[in-house]
Amino acid sequence: MELNIIGDDEVEILLRDLIEIYGYDFTDYSRASLKRRINRIVLIGKFPSFAELRYKLKFDPDFLKEFIEQITVNVTEMFRDPSFYKTLREEVLPRLGTYPLIRIWHAGCSTGEEVYSMAILLKEINLYHKCLIYATDINPTVLEKAMKGMFPLSQMRKYSENYLLSGGKKEFSGYYSANYEFAKFDDALREKMIFSTHNLVCDRSFNEFQLILCRNVLIYFDKNLQARVFSLFDDSLENLGYLALGTKETLRFSPLAARFRQIINAEKIWRKIA
Amino acid sequence: MEKNSIAPFPLIVVGGSAGSLEVILSFLPLLRKDLKVAILIVLHRSSDPDPVLQSLLSSKTSIAVKEAEEKELLMKGVIYIAPADYHLLIEKDFTFSLDYSEKVNYSRPSIDVTFEIAAEVFKERTTGILLSGANTDGTEGLMAVKATGGTTVVQDPSTASVPYMPQYAVSHAPVDHVLKAADIAAFINSQ
Ligand SMILES: C[S@@+](CC[C@H](N)C(=O)[O-])C[C@H]1O[C@@H](n2cnc3c(N)ncnc32)[C@H](O)[C@@H]1O
Repeated sequence: MELNIIGDDEVEILLRDLIEIYGYDFTDYSRASLKRRINRIVLIGKFPSFAELRYKLKFDPDFLKEFIEQITVNVTEMFRDPSFYKTLREEVLPRLGTYPLIRIWHAGCSTGEEVYSMAILLKEINLYHKCLIYATDINPTVLEKAMKGMFPLSQMRKYSENYLLSGGKKEFSGYYSANYEFAKFDDALREKMIFSTHNLVCDRSFNEFQLILCRNVLIYFDKNLQARVFSLFDDSLENLGYLALGTKETLRFSPLAARFRQIINAEKIWRKIA
Repeated sequence: MEKNSIAPFPLIVVGGSAGSLEVILSFLPLLRKDLKVAILIVLHRSSDPDPVLQSLLSSKTSIAVKEAEEKELLMKGVIYIAPADYHLLIEKDFTFSLDYSEKVNYSRPSIDVTFEIAAEVFKERTTGILLSGANTDGTEGLMAVKATGGTTVVQDPSTASVPYMPQYAVSHAPVDHVLKAADIAAFINSQ
């Protein structure tokens, strides 16, 4: 059985260390996941006790990077939830076609699978050339990966299926070349992407967008932090802009809900109306 | 964050994989309408739309059946379904949270993950019931349930259409009750 070396109190101690030493504030994250992730680090890193873990976190900046990477879950996929991408392709993106410059923000983009999926959609509906796609994450390591546009070749079958289900009509393999165990995505997809670190907990709005995607990030935040992030998005969205969340996330209970309308079908996409 | 608060009612977590849906569909109609517990169903399945499973289960009982939503407060007398493709966690304040992290035992939702967190939050008021399946998911979770004073139940492998998962649990975890599929409803009703 898994032994939980890290109890509730230890979690709080580590969170305080992270703020004091490094300025990373995770105190408004849901605890159940944090605690599970930290215990996983202990297990995988074979830390004999809490004291060793705490020591390493305090004095080893390389380990800090790894620690952050582990506690902020980075799992992602291309064309995850095909029906979501179908809605983007058919309903949302075409409406943005009238803007001379379309600004899109992927907040919490992880290793970029979502961003390359978006680029493919935009190419296929001929809007790519007039877009700027900002892709941000708290974690610089995932952004470095995202910039490379190299994803495990073993995933391509699944992604290709997702792509077809999302309404893609081309040969998915035309978008990448196989390079050992990686699929290297076409450089042309990356031309309009801008990668940068951005921490949703403390960083400000940095532009006005027509579309913001923030999927499977808010599930890790408590209600207060969710509310703060929603108002950050509100500040960063043009009127009539769209906000897209993960399948299990909702704007419904937010005080800002009144200023947004969920677009007709069941997808978690809202349009700013006031 | 609230700490050491005592679970307001017992929680029964039902975990199932291949061959378990039929068991669930057969015990649902037999459950008492005034459940004194909350029931959480964690089912391995392909990531088809959740409403299908929810309406199938709802059709078998008048007890409220709903998908567990993030930040939702658990209530007794309700049957919750873990959404497809997320791990289902429970916070110390008895609200749900969802986690899109790596699969555990090739599964998301993983039964182990929810058994373990249920044990941590509901402690001795947790019952874990493991049904038919072809996986080893659930066994470690049952150990956690037992370790915090909860009750562990496994479907009698001889009544399971895929006996591997319950058999694995019976041979590796401390199991309080091995129940025939037909006896599970009565067990839940007695809680
Ligand atoms: C589960 S991934 C979601 C990736 C992708 N959006 C998807 O849905 O597939 C969550 C991402 O959120 C990022 N994240 C967590 N906390 C953050 C914060 N405070 N600011 C920005 N990004 C954050 C993590 O680093 C991680 O890459």
